[in-house]
Amino acid sequence: MYHKALSYRVFTVFNNVLLTTTAIACLLPLFHLLMVSFSSTAPANSGLVTFWPIGFTLEAYAKTFNNANFLSSLWVSVQRTVIGTALAMFVNAIAAYALAKDTRIFRARNIYLWYFVVTMLFTGGLIPNYILILKLGLMDTLMALILPGLVTVYNVILLLNFFRTVPKDLEESAFIDGAGYFRSFISIYLPISLPALATIALFTMVGHWNAYFDGLIYIKESKNLPLASFMQTIIVQADMTKFDPVMVANMSPRTIRASQIFIGALPILAVYPFLQRFFVKGVIIGAVKE
Amino acid sequence: MDTNTVQQVTLEDTPRIKRKSSYKQPWMLHFMVLPAVVFVFIFSYVPMSGIVMAFQDYKAALGISGSPWVGLKHFRYMFENEYFLQITWNTLFFACTKILMNLIIPFIFALLLNEVRNTGLKRSIQTLVYLPHFLSWVILAGILIDLLAQTGLVNQMLTHLFGIKPIFFLGDGTWFRFTIIFSDVWKEFGFNTIVFLAALAGINPALYEAAEVDGASRLKQTFHITIPSLVSIIVVVGTLALGNVLNANFDQVFNLYTPLIYKQGDIIDTFVYRQGLLSGQFSFATAVSLFKSMISLTLIVISYRLAYKIAGYRIF
Repeated sequence: MYHKALSYRVFTVFNNVLLTTTAIACLLPLFHLLMVSFSSTAPANSGLVTFWPIGFTLEAYAKTFNNANFLSSLWVSVQRTVIGTALAMFVNAIAAYALAKDTRIFRARNIYLWYFVVTMLFTGGLIPNYILILKLGLMDTLMALILPGLVTVYNVILLLNFFRTVPKDLEESAFIDGAGYFRSFISIYLPISLPALATIALFTMVGHWNAYFDGLIYIKESKNLPLASFMQTIIVQADMTKFDPVMVANMSPRTIRASQIFIGALPILAVYPFLQRFFVKGVIIGAVKE
Repeated sequence: MDTNTVQQVTLEDTPRIKRKSSYKQPWMLHFMVLPAVVFVFIFSYVPMSGIVMAFQDYKAALGISGSPWVGLKHFRYMFENEYFLQITWNTLFFACTKILMNLIIPFIFALLLNEVRNTGLKRSIQTLVYLPHFLSWVILAGILIDLLAQTGLVNQMLTHLFGIKPIFFLGDGTWFRFTIIFSDVWKEFGFNTIVFLAALAGINPALYEAAEVDGASRLKQTFHITIPSLVSIIVVVGTLALGNVLNANFDQVFNLYTPLIYKQGDIIDTFVYRQGLLSGQFSFATAVSLFKSMISLTLIVISYRLAYKIAGYRIF
């Protein structure tokens, strides 16, 4: 019994300490920045804050929420996340339902599947995509942020693999009662696949919330900029022009940036417990299928 | 698959049910795939046709149909360009080091995590290490920029504890490379353990029981049962990563680099962005990106074939 061996017990203690330390170390940088965001200007600027706020204040957050540019960006991000996810789920799920059918029933299935998979292997690249959005007149619109990534082939494949595990008897009895494919999709497949759909919806939402690059290249007006792109200009490019200069006159750019980081991360941290419950399953479906 | 054929047979053997009425004609199925087909056509296939720009001198005013054809001019320029060779090397270096690190570290971490008996502790550790995966590179870059600044926490600690002069983590080429690799591991190692933990959970407990009876120590069990059982999953993950040897992660480099360290930090994707969208050299940028796509495509096809041959892995 190796559990009782002294060497294994020593190892266990050492191992637990090592892993716990590593895990905490992973989040210490975030925690440090959170403390900076709660600190007042002088200690933050002179780098006195470590893992506890000095001169506790919520001023940086108050300033951020009073910034009109921030609020309009927040609204753009909410819109793209909600509309984008809803549209994507519908289009991807309904396609996955049809593609989950056997070749004997849906003879064109494999052709469609290859049609989609090719786009996973090869893409036009940045420039042709940019020119396409320009030519379609989608520049500076919400649709430029939603439509290009609407169909995620990887998610279609995850869903179709899931749909194939649904017992066929359920659908057959519905057919006998006179239901069509669409009815079967809505009344049988959607309710039964709710956990899988929820997982993919959450991942899509996180993707929309975090996406910043499309906003940087497709959106010119600052009021149409999604929050992630807005924050990229402040956090990374250190561009403070999007704040009213009078308002941030005696603020530390450091605390402002730190507060932006947390406001941006907050929705992700809020859905994280739900994500975590699902994603392990999702990854396993994708990685070691059948 | 097997249950499927069984169903099919019973259906055909039941004379009272007319097959036409239960399995309707597939036009409805075509209709259901249609929206996805249309979107993929517009936003994936149309841009694919745009790569002909790589063989033209694209002028926005003339469009693709009116711009003059120049053959392989941009490709020739690309290969004669020393800077291009430098960024290709940077890309390869970043991507390969990351692939290797994100295979070895998660593997070791999964092995160690597997030894944690206390379920609560195990869960808590997992929760903490998976989290960075879900934060965007904008957020993480913001944290790193603050943390690694001259007066940031890391340099402060180095000075106080070891008396080292402040290090330019993001301003010195060599340190920049180190930062890129290290921060990528920070973000992804936890999440990458999932696949190994799943494989660990799938090992037949009877193997361990037999080893126990024979008096094998835990270390012996690890080397003779655990690691051999994980070889196939390592091979699959490693082979599939082959398709990524030219993906050095645009988002990460884009949010962390500065002109100071272009020589050691610039990668193909950021170069394409600057040449194309900032300098307006659409054709040259498209040529560079086409070169990258072609190599990636070849590698992906090879890697999936290999993964299928070696381990029977298929995506659908």
